[in-house]
Amino acid sequence: MKKSKFGMYSLAIGAFALAITGCGGKKEETTETAAPAAGAAAGKMVDAATAGEVTGSVKLDGTAPKMKNISMAAEPACSKAHSGPIASEEVVTGDGGALANVVVYVKSGLDGYSFPAPSTPVKFDQNGCQYHPHVAGVQVGQNIQVVNSDQTTHNIHPIPKENREWNESQPPGATPIDKSFARQEIAIPVKCNVHPWMKAYMAVLANPYFQVTEKDGKFDLKNLPPGTYTLVAWHELYGTSEQTVTIGAKESKSVTFTFKATAAAGD
Amino acid sequence: MDKAANRSLHKYAVFTACSTFLLLIAGALVTSNDAGLSVPTWPLAWGSVTPPMVGGIVYEWSHRVIAASVGFLTIILAAWLWKAEKRVWMRWLGLAALGGVVSQGILGGLTVRMYQPPAVSGAHATLAQLFFSTVVAIAFFTSAWWQSDLPETEDTGAPRVRSLTIWTIAAVFLQLILGAAFRHKGFGIIPHLIGAAIVTILVFMTAGALKRRFSTSQPLRKCARLLHILIGVQLLLGAGAWWSRMYGAHFPQPVPVMITLTVVHTVTGALLLATTLLTALVSYRMLRSGSAVADSSATSEQVA
Repeated sequence: MKKSKFGMYSLAIGAFALAITGCGGKKEETTETAAPAAGAAAGKMVDAATAGEVTGSVKLDGTAPKMKNISMAAEPACSKAHSGPIASEEVVTGDGGALANVVVYVKSGLDGYSFPAPSTPVKFDQNGCQYHPHVAGVQVGQNIQVVNSDQTTHNIHPIPKENREWNESQPPGATPIDKSFARQEIAIPVKCNVHPWMKAYMAVLANPYFQVTEKDGKFDLKNLPPGTYTLVAWHELYGTSEQTVTIGAKESKSVTFTFKATAAAGD
Repeated sequence: MDKAANRSLHKYAVFTACSTFLLLIAGALVTSNDAGLSVPTWPLAWGSVTPPMVGGIVYEWSHRVIAASVGFLTIILAAWLWKAEKRVWMRWLGLAALGGVVSQGILGGLTVRMYQPPAVSGAHATLAQLFFSTVVAIAFFTSAWWQSDLPETEDTGAPRVRSLTIWTIAAVFLQLILGAAFRHKGFGIIPHLIGAAIVTILVFMTAGALKRRFSTSQPLRKCARLLHILIGVQLLLGAGAWWSRMYGAHFPQPVPVMITLTVVHTVTGALLLATTLLTALVSYRMLRSGSAVADSSATSEQVA
């Protein structure tokens, strides 16, 4: 009988201890090793003497939806950082229907070229409990430096489909978090579970021919070798739009992408 | 076990069940506030037990603290049952509850460590309901009512209430799994809506049978009334939760009306499961089917 009692108590305590600590393990390494860039090391290099460019703009056809305001009332450290109401950044437009936060990139036409990741990191700042930039463009293997400029704790949680997921906290004043992604993916949603309104996207691209539009909706893809390319414009709400463009040596072409305004989260 | 000790054990079991209900609310708040991954480390928060209580961390850390408390309460409950209970199956039920809370803790940890895969998060949400029902059953089995001599009534209707209650429990449980899968993005809403229709039919059949056949039995009448109230409230809450989800999709963050309706809908689901379980237990305690009575009489005659 005594043995039975001892066994039961041991089982109970052991089991609960397992529940508390059972899944604890050493911290998982989440930084991904950069995959070889498109074209690999032996690929062709772009000849600057013959390179051209594709410029253009992204527009929204129709009335932009009115974005709802974010409520930061529950977090004084966030609300204090703003003097007025802050709207969701899902759809941001400028004059003449110019659409911001659109990733314009070369999808195909660069076979055989080599594009090593730039050594300069892309800064991804949490400031005023918002991500800056809202949409970040980064090359495969390029470092992303995550900074917390706020006086509150955030967690940074990218939710990729093609790359490895990670989720890390960053208290105020913490050292920057350096990360990179090994595969092209457009675009990876990023969220903060501490402040659920904080949403952003990271577009990971295999070549350096990309740009994220500002409020003027303009883009400029420089130093493109002569050739025929498929250009894609991606927006978090409106999806993608493709165009084919051919440029000759030293040639500059202009392209306009137009997205149709539809009912959005802000409506 | 003397009567006073039995009363204390029952009160303690009821307290544990109430604490578990609080834990269900805390868990539902975590999901509705999208705060499940606000503390990326588990079981501690960055090696600490006192993380900064800001934003989603408030919900996630409170959930973990309440869960740990319920875990300790369950250890004591299982130990108490093992020590004091004469009914061997009750001792094992205590251990089953302990196994449930331990598994639940592990699933909670896995959901954080694996970034909330729908299967693991859904399993965590479903086991929560099972664990709650187990503790409610323990509280019921330790009650004076359950252990008293009760008159038995013959159920001659068809289908038998006892069978109906089993089907209802199964349907409600399946519906809770579908609801959890929907909440954790495993399924769409359609399976949950079909489940709601089936549950509603079965609950009305069970409660209707109880009301029609045993109108003079106060416990069975109470069960029927409770089932009617809960299914009505739950259907309204379900519709409200769906509307609030559609409405809330237009905002950059979870809105209070969505959080409130969804949390209440989730925990009312747990109450419905527990109530169907109690109804089944009451039915098994108080009702005998015609054939069962005949079998029992035959056995008595043989023994005599």
